[in-house]
Amino acid sequence: MRVTLWGTRGSVAAPGPETVRYGGNTSCVEVRGADGTLLVLDAGTGIRRLGGRVGPEMRVDLLLSHLHMDHIQGLGFFRPLDEPGQEVHIWGPPSTTLDMRARLSRYLSPPLFPVRVRDLPCRLTLHDVPLERFAIGGLTVTAALVCHPGPTVGYRITDGTASCAYLPDHEPALGARHFPGESDWTSGFDLAAGADLLIHDAQYSDAEYPQRVGWGHSSIIHTLRFAEATGVKRLATFHHDPGNDDRALDRLVDEARGAFDLPFQLIPGTEGATFALP
Amino acid sequence: MSQKAVELILMRQLASYLAMPILLFDPAGNLLYYNEPAEAILGRRFDETGQIPLEEFYSLVKLTAEDGLPLPLEARPLVIALQKHQAAHRTFRIQAFDGIVRRIAATAFPLEGQGGRHLGAVVIFWEESRP
Repeated sequence: MRVTLWGTRGSVAAPGPETVRYGGNTSCVEVRGADGTLLVLDAGTGIRRLGGRVGPEMRVDLLLSHLHMDHIQGLGFFRPLDEPGQEVHIWGPPSTTLDMRARLSRYLSPPLFPVRVRDLPCRLTLHDVPLERFAIGGLTVTAALVCHPGPTVGYRITDGTASCAYLPDHEPALGARHFPGESDWTSGFDLAAGADLLIHDAQYSDAEYPQRVGWGHSSIIHTLRFAEATGVKRLATFHHDPGNDDRALDRLVDEARGAFDLPFQLIPGTEGATFALP
Repeated sequence: MSQKAVELILMRQLASYLAMPILLFDPAGNLLYYNEPAEAILGRRFDETGQIPLEEFYSLVKLTAEDGLPLPLEARPLVIALQKHQAAHRTFRIQAFDGIVRRIAATAFPLEGQGGRHLGAVVIFWEESRP
């Protein structure tokens, strides 16, 4: 299994000379199975470049963690959606009121976007993602609701030998008097447990977090403690705050390395980074 | 032990901040959590009891109706919330871990997750002034 980060920024795209290393594009991750199965995690602005690498004959499964704008904004510029006959499946968290088509149409329709969902020429199928384990090609996906405002899922993807957990927007410490607490009372724990690679929200510094409690994101120390508690092998920081340039993110990661004796490899989540798992 | 649904996690965290006595049950009726105000009514700290299986809970906690007879299962707000997926409210007497009989009202409501998932129920106790 091969994992590539196409967009690592949170909240809003932040392009510019000061963000070239970590990248300015919002959330998008490519997961390729050894058999060629292609999963795309989220459709932030990073998905535009990925679209150019997808052959027209390929089935594409796009797994949305949730429908906040920074996770769907690139959708209209994902080339496979414009490819006549290309098989595309979009999966996202269920809603109690509106189906996936109705929710995506709020963005993919005028006046916000000139093209409607129904006008896309690809063979598009929309799914409420099952909140359980299911198979896509040679990969097994587990989805579970996690702590973030509005219906939001995290994903765990395995190929039978390696596993990758993706929790881009996640505040597991929300309301917890002691974090991390018991594993069964920790949001996202089962998704991340023992993963070869955890891609996790690390939007805030420890100083910033107290002013942003309940916004649905983690301080980097909470992310480190979550990674420690779940026993992952590698942690890639993700969903970087748009206000943090490369130097600020370097400082954040350097401070994190000194926080405690990390029992996992800490990797700054930079756009273009690729991981071969295991 | 497998991880709880995020709705239960958030409900527990909310309960831990509220001043109302709140108990959280899973779909099978096992007591998953009760907060500090509920400790005063149950007569024992949650840290001491931990999670309590349904049968053990009802063997330790006696519920009686206003007439002094045992409160039938089908009349208990928790049972109604879990079995009928309806909110329920009733006044009764409770004798819990410390042996003291208290007159309380209880409001129970089911926790229904997306996709028709039955996640359990919440019970809120309201202490009545009359013994």
